[in-house]
Amino acid sequence: MAPLLFYLLSALVLGTALLVVTSKNAVNSAMFFLISLLGTAGLFVLLDAFLLAAVLVLVYAGAVVALFLFIIMLLGMKGGERQPLSNSAVLASVVAAAILAIGVLSFVKHGQIAASVPDASAPAAGAVLKFYSAQLFTTYLLPVQVVGFLLLIAMLGVIVLSKRFEDMEKSK
Amino acid sequence: MSVTLNDYLLVSVLMFVVGFFGVLMRRNTLIVYMCLELMLVAATLALVAFSRYNQTMDGNVFVFFILTVAAAEVAVGLAIIVALFRRRHTVQLDELNALKN
Repeated sequence: MAPLLFYLLSALVLGTALLVVTSKNAVNSAMFFLISLLGTAGLFVLLDAFLLAAVLVLVYAGAVVALFLFIIMLLGMKGGERQPLSNSAVLASVVAAAILAIGVLSFVKHGQIAASVPDASAPAAGAVLKFYSAQLFTTYLLPVQVVGFLLLIAMLGVIVLSKRFEDMEKSK
Repeated sequence: MSVTLNDYLLVSVLMFVVGFFGVLMRRNTLIVYMCLELMLVAATLALVAFSRYNQTMDGNVFVFFILTVAAAEVAVGLAIIVALFRRRHTVQLDELNALKN
């Protein structure tokens, strides 16, 4: 059961990821991105990380994709208006992506991962919510505080960014 | 036949490469940004897979931080794109060449 689900979900994730890149309309891209994220959340469930799957759906599929759609709507992007790419740019992109793929895949294939790692039959630490809180409030307490400050600074940054440009445009 | 760590890593790598390909090939800033997010999610998947197969919590906790940073990054990045669109009236990367020369 689990292998079949894994193959289905990974095919879904990779297919929709390709469609994000290739579809002409920005709204279609955002929708395929949403499906890709839902597939990734499914893979998280297969990996027994239930909380992370829920958080991924809430934060990414809920907030980030909604924000993307909102901006696409705000900027009024015309669908299908895509400049033809030069052949050299496409060729360079394909070659660069292939080199990256070959490099990382050879690392995955020849690295000493498979021999030392146990299979998934052992109980998963990520399935228990208690472990998350124990880690976040002991070992990772300082990073949690730093991330809180980061969110505050990002919020202030967004406010300043959208205000100052307005003023500059008015003074022109 | 069970699913191994290498299978998850393979999916993660392919997802990352697709995102990288999109970043290089597309000219629309918003779609490039979506592809960047795709790469972040691929890295997240690799972290969760490593964490699951090693029975540790560290990868899972790191995913929390990555998600938080990604949310902050999306907010700031989209604010920059909107500000850019207000001034330049375009989001095509080819036309954003003010720093050239």
